[in-house]
Amino acid sequence: MSFQVERGEFVSIVGPSGCGKTTLLMCIAGLNPPSAGGVVVNNVQVDGPPSNLVLVFQEFNKSLFAWRSVLGNVLFGLEVRAKLSQDAEEEARKLIKLVGLEGFERHYPWELSGGMQQRVAIARALAYGPEILLMDEPFGSVDALTRLELEDGLLRIWQNLGTTILLVTHDIEEAIYLSDRIYVLSRRPSKIIQTIEVDLARPRNQITTRAQVKFMELRNEIYKQISQ
Amino acid sequence: MKPFARINLPGVLSLLALLLVWEISARSSKVIHLYFPAISEVVRSLVDLIQSRELVGHLLASLGRFFIGYLLSAGIAVTLGILLGYFRRAYTFSEVLIEFLRPMPSVAMIPVAILLLGIGNSMIVAVTVYACTWPILINTIDGVKNIEPTLIDTGRTFGLGRWKILKRIVLPAAFPYIVTGLRVSLAIALILVTTSEMVVGGNGLGFFILDEERSLKTTNMYAGIALVAILGYSLNRLFLLVESKAMAWHRGATARG
Amino acid sequence: MVKWNKDSKLNGLMVLLAAIGLWEIVSRLGLINALFFPPMTKILSTFFQLVFSGEILHQVLMSLKRAAAGYFLAAIVFIPLGLAMGIFQWLHRALEIIVETLRPIPPPVVVPVAMLFFGLGDEMKIFVIFFSCAWPILLNTIDGVRNVDRVLVYTARTFGLSHGRLIAKVILPAAAPQIMTGLRISLGITLILVVISEMVGSSDGIGYFILDSQRRFKVTQMYAGMLMLAVLGYALNQIFFLFHKKALAWHEGLTKRRR
Repeated sequence: MSFQVERGEFVSIVGPSGCGKTTLLMCIAGLNPPSAGGVVVNNVQVDGPPSNLVLVFQEFNKSLFAWRSVLGNVLFGLEVRAKLSQDAEEEARKLIKLVGLEGFERHYPWELSGGMQQRVAIARALAYGPEILLMDEPFGSVDALTRLELEDGLLRIWQNLGTTILLVTHDIEEAIYLSDRIYVLSRRPSKIIQTIEVDLARPRNQITTRAQVKFMELRNEIYKQISQ
Repeated sequence: MKPFARINLPGVLSLLALLLVWEISARSSKVIHLYFPAISEVVRSLVDLIQSRELVGHLLASLGRFFIGYLLSAGIAVTLGILLGYFRRAYTFSEVLIEFLRPMPSVAMIPVAILLLGIGNSMIVAVTVYACTWPILINTIDGVKNIEPTLIDTGRTFGLGRWKILKRIVLPAAFPYIVTGLRVSLAIALILVTTSEMVVGGNGLGFFILDEERSLKTTNMYAGIALVAILGYSLNRLFLLVESKAMAWHRGATARG
Repeated sequence: MVKWNKDSKLNGLMVLLAAIGLWEIVSRLGLINALFFPPMTKILSTFFQLVFSGEILHQVLMSLKRAAAGYFLAAIVFIPLGLAMGIFQWLHRALEIIVETLRPIPPPVVVPVAMLFFGLGDEMKIFVIFFSCAWPILLNTIDGVRNVDRVLVYTARTFGLSHGRLIAKVILPAAAPQIMTGLRISLGITLILVVISEMVGSSDGIGYFILDSQRRFKVTQMYAGMLMLAVLGYALNQIFFLFHKKALAWHEGLTKRRR
């Protein structure tokens, strides 16, 4: 398979479980070498984690640092960038506010719900200031209502910061709701069976966007492709 | 044992390298030879000592004390632990006493034991029993107390009396904890037996090792130490063997019961 | 009417006091050989006497000195070694057999070897403690490192952490709880071995004091020494507990929640 993502785009990858979506992201993130082919970011071949890219993991409870508070976790992203100063804490608090966790700075991850933990992970990733954000089923382990909230939150962040986002999900409607473009993967051995441009108007809205006929059509189309 | 294909090559190599360096340096320098007699010599003297029956006497003495002390303490501690864990009132009555005595290392009992029992076998066994009782007791109490209340309630709904519940539900459920306590005490028993022998003298592996050191017969000393290590290792393996047999029986019993 | 709460924890305390009272009575009445079991009050008065005269505190200080040296030396050497062995598989495999060969040696048996090398001084005891604390610290550290979740390591890598920073900022804190377990176990072992090494080859220290008192038939003093040892053990445990609470406050909350 082969595909491209342009700067500032929001692209999703949809596919059935077990088709290797996570593996794909790990390759792009430079955490696992591909068995064949390669990844190029900003004209540079990927060979180890690129410095302008961060991957947000599906298992947020295993990814967050249990020994650091929410603020501590977010500060980590800044520390790595060697940006430790008075401003650092300011910036971290701003990001915490951006993901909607204001007031929880002193809490520890285990004190938070799943959705909140994932938001901390996202804030931490953003603190790093990456050009590209990779997300592996970020809202997969979260209940349906929280997921809608998080989707809107993610779009807000994306609009605010202009980061390029590549998101992997098994939730078709989520992919349509969020993205500019969707790559649909088949079952194993997977390849891209469809590329879909999502030309729904932005800013998107959970009620109006999802009510559009076009939304339904896209959804059915993708669903048909995947189930084959 | 590891299958052939997974022999730890770097491990074996580094061990061999170490032994080789040891062997060569021991042979070349009289000073080093005193402190680190060549491994080949140690092995040879170990074999000699066993053949000459000299070491066998010490070994049997230590083993005897070990087994008597260990088994005695196991019996006492498991019984006591089950009772204290099961009957809540008994526990609250004894809790403070236990917590008071726990922090004192059991080896401190050696002088008291010498005072009361002299310097013979009974003193060594007594100290061993005292020391081993603690881990077994505490683990057993833990195991009994940590049983899911639902399990006991299930027994009650089936109309089982307190003693039947104890036998058929509590004991099997607490079994793993008890085993942990027994395993820890295994090492403790060996420690106490050897220590007592060193302090009190007479016979036994502990005494032998110390005695050989005092006469600067370092080869024999190391041989004794090697024997104790082998003993400890073998006892451990023996324990694991018994444990797996007991687990199998335990599983079968609980399946039937 | 005063209600007797049968389940109150105070019962335990009362039992203890009753036992002490019983000992006192039985001893003073001569029902038990008062030489072997002096009355508790006598023991306590001797205890405080020795404390205030500084004599027993001197012994305790001697023991503590050796204990601390051996314990911290073991920590300084074996935590980094454990980290290295946990991270670098080849190192672990290379040293594994040697470790497994030395581990079954019961600590007391090391005392004669230490005496061979170091005589009867402080170094002998420090070495014994160092050798004995090695295994719990080493093995728990290795375990702690190996049990660090893969996702955590991937997280560190996606943030571009260099190897050094990855170890310091992620692996070490993640393995900390297990390392603490090793340190806690070693603390108990340290106290035991300081006593053993002093009983076998020493001229001071609390272990020597207890044994020596027995040899001179100063029985009350012997019991007082044992009491001091119990107090010492308790105090060390409490100190460690406090340290554990401060350093691993985050872990306490986490494990409490899991239950």
